[in-house]
Amino acid sequence: MSRFDPERVRGDVPELRRTVHGLEMAYLDSAASSLPPRAVIEAMSRYYERTHTNVHRGVYEIAEEATEAYEHARLAVGRFIGAADPAHEIVFTKNATEAFNLFARSWGATTLREGDVVVLTEMEHHANLVPWLQLKADRGIELRYLSVTDSFRLDLHDLDERLAGAKLLSVTGMSNVLGTIPPIRRLADAAHAAGALLSIDAAQLVGHAPMDVGDLGVDVACFSAHKMLGPTGIGVLWARAELLESMPPFLGGGGMILDVRLDGFRPAEVPHRFEAGTPPIAEAVGLTAAVRYLEGLTMDAVQAHDLELTGYALERLGSRFGDKVRVYSPPDLVERGGVLSLELQGVHAHDLAQVLDRHGVCVRPGHHCAKPLMRRLGVTALARVSFGPYSVERDVDALLDGIDHALGMFG
Amino acid sequence: MDDLEDLYREIILDHYRSPRNHGELPTPPAHRTEGFNPLCGDEIVLTVVVDEGTISDVKVAGHGCSISQSSASLMTGAVKGKSVDDARHAMRSFKRMMTVADDADEAEEPVDVRSLGELAALQGVVKFPVRIKCATLAWNTLDQALVELDA
Repeated sequence: MSRFDPERVRGDVPELRRTVHGLEMAYLDSAASSLPPRAVIEAMSRYYERTHTNVHRGVYEIAEEATEAYEHARLAVGRFIGAADPAHEIVFTKNATEAFNLFARSWGATTLREGDVVVLTEMEHHANLVPWLQLKADRGIELRYLSVTDSFRLDLHDLDERLAGAKLLSVTGMSNVLGTIPPIRRLADAAHAAGALLSIDAAQLVGHAPMDVGDLGVDVACFSAHKMLGPTGIGVLWARAELLESMPPFLGGGGMILDVRLDGFRPAEVPHRFEAGTPPIAEAVGLTAAVRYLEGLTMDAVQAHDLELTGYALERLGSRFGDKVRVYSPPDLVERGGVLSLELQGVHAHDLAQVLDRHGVCVRPGHHCAKPLMRRLGVTALARVSFGPYSVERDVDALLDGIDHALGMFG
Repeated sequence: MDDLEDLYREIILDHYRSPRNHGELPTPPAHRTEGFNPLCGDEIVLTVVVDEGTISDVKVAGHGCSISQSSASLMTGAVKGKSVDDARHAMRSFKRMMTVADDADEAEEPVDVRSLGELAALQGVVKFPVRIKCATLAWNTLDQALVELDA
């Protein structure tokens, strides 16, 4: 496998040139949002300086260019995740959360009846929980959950039992708290055998590991551009074409119709049926550039880099702090990504993050929009460390020094 | 790191390590109110006994960061045995101290930090706006309890 030099990636990311409290920034919060390379920012600037207008409307030259750039993003993203029919299967949304809401409201609200079963897991982000809890409240669907083991994996011993009679299994592609990557192919096969669909929350996975929706056998995937080196404001719902075609519109308005009369409307074909109003055009252009950048690094190398740093962090945390730091994350480098969450003896995650900030270290404290998981783990707040292709060992070293400082201050 | 030391003053760390009036009072006679900080997931339980306009006892239980836990501890010390009116006065002064400069223009009078006694130890928090909610969690929960008690 060809590896990249993370120092070169750092040189490509303008934000890493700034200092924090006079120190080099150790950005360890890529799971919250990744830092875009210059190519992404410049692609968006170039679009606004040369090509900007609305899409799917005008017939003048720049209108055609804007439309082409927007539709090209669909193809670029679709190919990146191995979609069979990118032009029809990629729907642009505001973010992964909106993609899940679209899927739940469109497919769920028309397919699921009272008593129908959706299976989720205890390690889901609220984005893959609340839309289903809303359907439970509105329509009386039943929710079942796969549990999390004490080694921070999904407990699959009763998988077939949980799936019996279910219409959907919806599971994270990589936990945003634990870094755990569930065995998606196995889950897809089990779901399909039970007559259920499989949707995945790919927000943490898509920018950090090779992801081919065909090979994984999934039916639906939701993710956000800003967690894969792209801009905020654009997310993706991918679903197999025939599934999308069976789904009614979500939001109504311009762009999503074939015809409108005073007494009714006919929806447009997919994917436009799901894109009401002016879409995030510049963001789509930025997402294309992000996909190209990741393809240049290769996803195998991105994943290997994340895991190498994860191994370094796990080893250094254990040898330097022992029991004083508890790591909520699989202890090995198998079926996991570059995310781990920490609890320090006698130091609250917020206090740790505050002290780390003074060391130039950016981590995320709190419940990470996964409150049921936090309850399962018996904690209210953890400090999460997460890597990107620009992360280096000295970021981890700065983290360790900051932890040492915090332990001394509060211990 | 001066402002970090300003945030984590020794008195704050002391109240964090050894919180005063920690725990729950039996209900009844105490009134029980839960407080949440949705930002960080911190949860506290405040139990309070109000007797003829006086806060005769108050305790706080729960989890939280050093700022929320020490603020709760300092609050119980400041209001226990005081009249509800005095407690509300302290609450207003404390919240004004926790107001960022732009909003302070709207405050009717400047805060006399000395009148706050030990509570003034938390004034460094205002330089860390994200943490203000941690410092005010216990006070907001007490406020809610007093409203519920119609005290």
